[in-house]
Amino acid sequence: MLIKKRTGIEIPSSEITPQHLYLSRRQFMAGAAMATTAGLLAACGAGGSPEEANTAPVNSGNGGTAVSATTDELGDPLNTYDEITNYNNYYEFNTTKDGPARLAKDFPTAPWQVEVGGMVKNPKTYAMEDLLKFDQEERIYRLRCVEAWSMVIPWVGFPLAKLLNEVEPTADAKYVRFETIYDPDNMPGQRGRMFPWPYVEGLTVEEAMQDLTILSTGLYGETLLPQNGAPIRLVVPWKYGFKSIKAIVKIELVDYMPTSLWMESAPTEYGFYANVNPEVNHPRWSQATERRIGELGRRPTLLFNGYAEQVAHLYPDPKYDTNLKPRGS
Amino acid sequence: MTPITQRLSSIRKLDRKTTAQILRVSAHMLSLYALALLLFDYSRNNLGADPVREILLRTGEPALVLLILSLAVTPLTLLFGWKQLHPLRRIFGLYAFLYVALHLLTFIWLDYGLNLAYILDGILEQNFVLVGFAAFVLLLPLAITSNKWSQRKLGKKWKTLHKLVYIIIMLALIHFWWLVKNVYYMPFLYSAMVTVLLLLRWQPVKQKALRFQRWYRSR
Repeated sequence: MLIKKRTGIEIPSSEITPQHLYLSRRQFMAGAAMATTAGLLAACGAGGSPEEANTAPVNSGNGGTAVSATTDELGDPLNTYDEITNYNNYYEFNTTKDGPARLAKDFPTAPWQVEVGGMVKNPKTYAMEDLLKFDQEERIYRLRCVEAWSMVIPWVGFPLAKLLNEVEPTADAKYVRFETIYDPDNMPGQRGRMFPWPYVEGLTVEEAMQDLTILSTGLYGETLLPQNGAPIRLVVPWKYGFKSIKAIVKIELVDYMPTSLWMESAPTEYGFYANVNPEVNHPRWSQATERRIGELGRRPTLLFNGYAEQVAHLYPDPKYDTNLKPRGS
Repeated sequence: MTPITQRLSSIRKLDRKTTAQILRVSAHMLSLYALALLLFDYSRNNLGADPVREILLRTGEPALVLLILSLAVTPLTLLFGWKQLHPLRRIFGLYAFLYVALHLLTFIWLDYGLNLAYILDGILEQNFVLVGFAAFVLLLPLAITSNKWSQRKLGKKWKTLHKLVYIIIMLALIHFWWLVKNVYYMPFLYSAMVTVLLLLRWQPVKQKALRFQRWYRSR
């Protein structure tokens, strides 16, 4: 796969810490947990800053080493391929973290088509091959789950804007509605009645056209695995992970605010915008801090997941969300 | 008493002692099983990509199960007359406290890195943590007074004090209900168990249970 290397925010390669300076955080974790109390205290105190882990090379696990950088633009190390492909929230398979990797093994991702339509001038059904013709770029993004854990992931994909420009949304189109495949034969979780399948998500057209918003087809230079949303998924790094819908079969331009699966099944807990915001708690838990997978301790959550510079202008009121209440109100 | 019946009764007595011993050892082993498995998986680096979450879950759930087991002793005695089970209440209760303590230690240390500001936010801004923390605080005096000396010293007050366990189990269940994300099988299952165990302590049901015991013993 030909991949143009690019991170969310451009940084000169001279500023990137050499690979050998980073320790697999799994090794660090095991080491720290066995260390003396004093050692552990030191390791935990800072909520896991990268300098703590400067002694051995990155171990990205099985495969997946084709990346241009070992950190995101903030200097935090990438999560390993192993972590990214074995710790997934994908309720279409099951509700555990390690289940999707197991259950999605034989999920058929070819042939695959994505129907792009609704309020557009040139509706088109794209075969996966057509979508791979868009220039595939590397984008190193933080992923912040609404459950207050996070990862740094080197995605491969292309801006959604490129696809939308091809189909040309009409002036009336205000929102983009996405739909996951409905395939209960191959997705055991969809056989349950717990959720109104298929999974639906939505963005405003402005959000969809934002350059950070990509459709991803791979990670770590490898083709996307089913547990990560193969063959094609959305990645919107300034929103909670559940917005980044997986295994997309339908993209529709509409003039109404789409009701996402989470808005429908828990309307008091999940809103449409779901922007990462440390000041706006989930009704039942705090969003002020997060646990980076592979680290001990916590780090403060950043407004818009650290992408405020690129997206804050889309939201005149930073506490923007329809359902989630700001803390203290 | 003839010599033969004397011998029989002494065998029966020994038997009762052995039964008590076996029950006690089994209770210890059962209680330590989850912890042993957790340590084994840790030593094999088998706790997945987020070991902290795994340790939290695998200390929290056993704590709840052990609390339920300690609450199950009295109803089982009531239904079947198995008085030998009585000492298990303390064993299960104390192990429940051990798991709760490990759970809390994991929370403040491995998860929140002993960062006081984060911990305060973590407890005060998250109701499910607040409730869980309250359960720990209430469990503390019960663990401390779980010995014969305190029992003697406190007399009647001991029994009243240990009724706190009913509040603790409620808090533990609420803690569980509030933390899961829309998939409620397990909290439901545990709540159903607790409901049954509490119902069996309610006078009208208790009478029926005693009648059942008489029937069961006379078979």
